[in-house]
Amino acid sequence: MAHLEDQRETIYKVDPAHPETRDLPILRTEELLLNMGPQHPATHGVLKVILDLEGERITKSTVVMGFLHRGVEKLAEYGTYHQFIPHTDRLDYVCAMYNNFAYCRAVEKLMNVTVPERAEYLRTIVAEVQRIIGHLFWLGTQALDIGAMTVFFYTFRDREILLDWFDELCGARLTTSWYRIGGVERDFTASLETKIRDFLAYFPPKIDEYVVFLEKNRIWLARTVGVAVISAEDALGYGLSGPTLRGSGVDYDLRKYESYGAYPKCEFSVPVGKNGDTYDRYWIRIEEMRESIKIIRQCMDQMPKEGPVMADVPSVTLPPKDRVFTNLESMIQQFKLFSQGFDAPPGEIYCGTEAHKGELGFYIVSTGGGNPYRLKIRSPSFIHMGAFDYMAKGYMIADAVTIFGSYDIVMGECDR
Amino acid sequence: MHPLAEAIQARFPDGFLSAQEWRGDLAVTVKREALHAIGRFLKDDPAMACDYIVLVSSVDWPDEEERFEVVYEVYSIRHRHRIRVKTRVPEHDCYVDSLTDIWPGANFMEREVFDMMGIRFNNHPDMRRILMPDDFPEGYPLRKDFPLQGKGWRDTFDFLNEGAAS
Repeated sequence: MAHLEDQRETIYKVDPAHPETRDLPILRTEELLLNMGPQHPATHGVLKVILDLEGERITKSTVVMGFLHRGVEKLAEYGTYHQFIPHTDRLDYVCAMYNNFAYCRAVEKLMNVTVPERAEYLRTIVAEVQRIIGHLFWLGTQALDIGAMTVFFYTFRDREILLDWFDELCGARLTTSWYRIGGVERDFTASLETKIRDFLAYFPPKIDEYVVFLEKNRIWLARTVGVAVISAEDALGYGLSGPTLRGSGVDYDLRKYESYGAYPKCEFSVPVGKNGDTYDRYWIRIEEMRESIKIIRQCMDQMPKEGPVMADVPSVTLPPKDRVFTNLESMIQQFKLFSQGFDAPPGEIYCGTEAHKGELGFYIVSTGGGNPYRLKIRSPSFIHMGAFDYMAKGYMIADAVTIFGSYDIVMGECDR
Repeated sequence: MHPLAEAIQARFPDGFLSAQEWRGDLAVTVKREALHAIGRFLKDDPAMACDYIVLVSSVDWPDEEERFEVVYEVYSIRHRHRIRVKTRVPEHDCYVDSLTDIWPGANFMEREVFDMMGIRFNNHPDMRRILMPDDFPEGYPLRKDFPLQGKGWRDTFDFLNEGAAS
């Protein structure tokens, strides 16, 4: 009994500044520290966030990361440029193709290699397929985190079709390594082209299906509309990019403004939000899937029917695979490119690519020779987490999940 | 010289060192003391208007007198131009002024530079390691004198000898 009374005394105390409250007990408000993660189902990997709470409101959050740090940038300095391509798969393992694309583009800029036209179209098609996969994955998991479970099954059903398509394309579903410096590993087969055309017909009605699940779902709307608002100015200052930045109304899409691949030959629009809340970021991703379908369709129609898929620069690009097995010189070329690498000119470049999460950039410093002297990966997930404390302030614990969900973080890319 | 580099040189004749253009990228090398002022100029000047911070990085040149190079890359949404600003730091005085007050996004990226290369940032709100553990004892992993396999911290761990218990 005495123990209980002691507790009551700590919970109720008198405010000395106001003597008239002496008879009225005041509820003690004390900050609570909550560790969210490192193993939390909604953190999409191993991420820890220490939340300072006032009741259920977040007053401050400290992000603790690095649990998945593998030293990829250090590894890059010890390998040749070709050897680094499989490492890029493991950055954002949900969307390996786009990482390959971003890296190969950066090295091509360094080496001044021009990619043949058909390869540019193939690259753009696969990149846009990867964007759809990324957005489907995001939509499913984000809805699951917020409490709408059904969408997950529908988006993963359609994602599976595309992953099987990747499997047929390059033999792997997730760690693809299909892009090469100067082109792509292999051309489409007739069956792949038929399948992607079938998908183009199949997919647009499915987007409307997901929208039906969410757009009139009161829980989804209550959890996203007006949650985690960030103004355009702040979003830019924090370096946010991709749908997270465009949700705040900034028209910044590298596919349009520093166009690459076959994007300049395609007509597409860049959806831009108004309010900068989680709902706008969701809406942008839905619209981007529709735009991706348009881009893929145009690329399929415009693409030259045949042609080389690898640039013919023997000092940099790999020889065709069939020649490697039959021709001694090609085998030597392949062997030397992988073991010694090509001789890169001294200099430094930065090349940013619009991945589905945001601007994925590679900053490469070369001092000549086969290895990069320094390779820095500008990963959108890492930079988005920098804005987390600012965006989470004043929201509820449950909204923390919505916020880092709306960045679409993948810890492999965040920690590198 | 690129007009943007000329504008920086005209405004900061003492702080500006050189400008390079290669493969379409503009890089400007400035003195460390002028970095913060130039950052402020890049953000606030209407002709520059570099409101978007792209990247903060660092390069280690162990053979040179000023060993480290800190690299900021910024972009202007209004004018659609990119500028890379670089500055050099000697090893014995490894400090740069933080640009977190200009672009808040520099916070995490500068912490990463500190974590990986050991360059400290003055006036940074939270100068701690970010990817490596806080008590990581071996130094800074992306420096060139740090071996790829690490310095053997793992070998000092105590492991339970499960075979001995039975």
